[in-house]
Amino acid sequence: MNILNLIKIAIRALLRNKSRAFLTMLGIIIGIASVITMVSLGQSSTNNVREQLSSMGSNMIMVMPGEQRRGGVNMGSSNAKSLDEKDFHMLEQNVRYVTAISPYVTSSAQLVFGSNNHPGSIQGVAPNYLGIRTYKLESGIMFSDEDVKKFNKVCVIGQTVVKDLFTNGENPIGQTVRFGSIPMKVIGVLESKGQSQMGQDQDDVVLVPYTTVQKRFLAINHFHMFFASATSEEESELAATEITYILRNTHHIGKNDDDDFEVRTMEELLTTVSSVTQLLTVLLTAIAAISLIVGGIGIMNIMYVTVTERTKEIGLRMAIGAQNRDIMMQFLSESVILSLIGGLIGIVLGLLLSFVLSKVLQWPFMVSQGAIAISFLVCSATGIFFGWYPAKKAANLDPIAALRYE
Amino acid sequence: MNEIIKITDLKRIFKVGNEDVHALNGVSFSIEEGEFVSIMGTSGSGKSTLLNILGCLDRPTSGDYKIDGVSISNLSKKELSTLRNRKIGFIFQNYNLLARTTALENVELPLMYNSSISAKERHERAIEALKAVGLENRMMHEPNQLSGGQQQRVAIARALINDPVILLADEATGNLDTRTSYEIMSLFQDLHDKGKTIAFVTHEPDIAVFTTRTIKLRDGNIIEDKAVETQSAAEALRNYKEFKI
Repeated sequence: MNILNLIKIAIRALLRNKSRAFLTMLGIIIGIASVITMVSLGQSSTNNVREQLSSMGSNMIMVMPGEQRRGGVNMGSSNAKSLDEKDFHMLEQNVRYVTAISPYVTSSAQLVFGSNNHPGSIQGVAPNYLGIRTYKLESGIMFSDEDVKKFNKVCVIGQTVVKDLFTNGENPIGQTVRFGSIPMKVIGVLESKGQSQMGQDQDDVVLVPYTTVQKRFLAINHFHMFFASATSEEESELAATEITYILRNTHHIGKNDDDDFEVRTMEELLTTVSSVTQLLTVLLTAIAAISLIVGGIGIMNIMYVTVTERTKEIGLRMAIGAQNRDIMMQFLSESVILSLIGGLIGIVLGLLLSFVLSKVLQWPFMVSQGAIAISFLVCSATGIFFGWYPAKKAANLDPIAALRYE
Repeated sequence: MNEIIKITDLKRIFKVGNEDVHALNGVSFSIEEGEFVSIMGTSGSGKSTLLNILGCLDRPTSGDYKIDGVSISNLSKKELSTLRNRKIGFIFQNYNLLARTTALENVELPLMYNSSISAKERHERAIEALKAVGLENRMMHEPNQLSGGQQQRVAIARALINDPVILLADEATGNLDTRTSYEIMSLFQDLHDKGKTIAFVTHEPDIAVFTTRTIKLRDGNIIEDKAVETQSAAEALRNYKEFKI
C-alpha cells in the first residue's frame, strides 16, 4: 500500500470523527502554539534589546573608576579619582582597536533660560563623543577641540532640554542659557534618540567641553568616565583588553592586584540582558513541552479506543490481504497525521499570537523558522511515539478473533 | 479438471486449559475448478475452523492443505496474507463493509493491498465487479444507504475483484430474508455458471440445494460428501413471488 493511499485512508478515518479528532489535537495545538509564541517572543525581546543597545552604539566601551581600597577599607567607586588626563593621553596614543575615546565629567545643574528652567546635569565630553554615542546634530555645530582647549562656554543640547527651555518655539541656536551662575551659548541641537533600554531619557543631555566642566564648574582634574568606540562590534572585547592593559600599566598596578577601574563593553551588557530573557524562554518552552507530552498521551488514548472500535475492520483488512505492516502503517499514519495537523494549527495559532503580542509590546515581530521546523519534527515524533503501541496492538490482532469481534 | 483445493488428513487441535479439543479430526477432500460446494454442519461441527483454514486465516495442526497447487503449511504470515489477497474471495454473514465508505471504494479495498495494480485499473475493475453483481447504479452509495441484499452484493463484488481461484462464503445468506436469500443464491449460481469455484458454508439445507455438492461435518469429521440435485435459485425466487401474490 503506498503512502498516498495511507494518507487518504487515515484522513478519511479521522474525518469520520471530526470532533473527537479535534479534541485529541487540542493538546498538541496548545503545546505547539505556546512553544512558537514563547520562542518568537523570546527572540523578539532579545532582538529588541540588541536594537536598543546598538542605538547607543553597539561597539561602545565604558571605562569607569573601580572600587578603591585603602588599607583594606573599601572606599566605593563614586568618589574615585583614578581616571585622569594622563590616562586619557596614554589611551589616545596607544590604542589600536579603538577609533575614538572621550573623557566624561558630569555635574548637576539647574538650567535657566528666561523664565524657564530645567533640572538636570551637564556632560563634559570631547567633540568625538557624538560619534561614540551615535548622536546626530539636528542643527548648529558641535564644539571643537579649540573650545576644549580654551574651556569655552558653549553647549550642545538635546530635545528634552530644548522642549523645557524654549517653550515659545525660539531657535535655540545662538541663545544663551545659564547653568547656575555661568552663562553658556547654545551652538547645536541634537536629534532625538528616545529612551534607552534602561529607561533613561537619552535626549536629556547638555554637552559641553570636558575642560569647561572640570575647570569652571567642578574645579577637578580627574574624569568620571571614559567613553570609547571599538573598531568594530566584534573587536570590542579586544579593545577592552587593550584598554585594561594600558590603564594597568599607567596606574602601576601589580600583577596580583585588582584593577582600580572597570571596563565594560556593550556586548557584556547585551549578554546580561538577553540571558534573562533566554532563561525565561527555556522555562516557558519546558512548560510547553510538558503540554506536548500531555497532548501525546491524549493521542495514544484515542488511538487505543480507535483500534478497539475498529477491530472488525482490522480483521476484514487482514482477511482480504493486508499484512501486519499495512495495518501498523495505517494506524501509525493516522496518529502522525493527527498530531501533524494539530501542529500545523498550533503553528498558525502561535504565529498569530506572537504577532499580536509583539504589536502590543511594540517589539519587532520575529518568525522563528527553527521553532517551526522543530515543532514539525516534534509533532511527527509525538505521533509516531504515542501511536506506536496502539498501532502495534492493531497489527498483532488475530484476524479470526478480530472478524468475530462484536 | 484442475484441483483448486486439496486437503489431506487435516487436523486442527485447540488447547483449552489442559484439554485438547479436536475441532477437525482428520478431514480429507478436494474441490475442483468450477464446483459449487456447500459445507454443512451444526455449530461445533468444525465448519468454521475448516473455513478459517480454507481461507488461510488459520493453519492446520497437522495434515496438508494445497490451494491452487500451493501448500500453505510452510508459508509465513506475510506469504499467507499475499495468498489471501490474490487467490481468495471472502464473503461474510454480516457483509463486513467499511462504514461511511462508498460501495466503489469498498470493492476497491483488496486491490489497495496489491501494489502491482494501478489506481486506474483498480477503479475500472471495481466498476466491472459492481456491474457483475448488478449494482452499477449504487456505486457511490454508502453501506447505510443500501439494503441488506445490496450490501451483500457489494461484498460479493469485493470478493470478485481480485479474480480469486475460490470464493469462500460464510453463511452469506444468514442475515437475509428468504426472498433476498434466493436472489443472492441466484447470483452465486450465475457466478458458478461463469466458471467460478465456490465454497459455501451454511447450516440451512434449503440453501444447500442450490449448490452442486454438499459436504456434511459432525464433530470434526466428514459424515457425508455427495453430489446435489441442483435446484435453480431463480426459479425458487419466481415461485416464491407467485406464492406470495
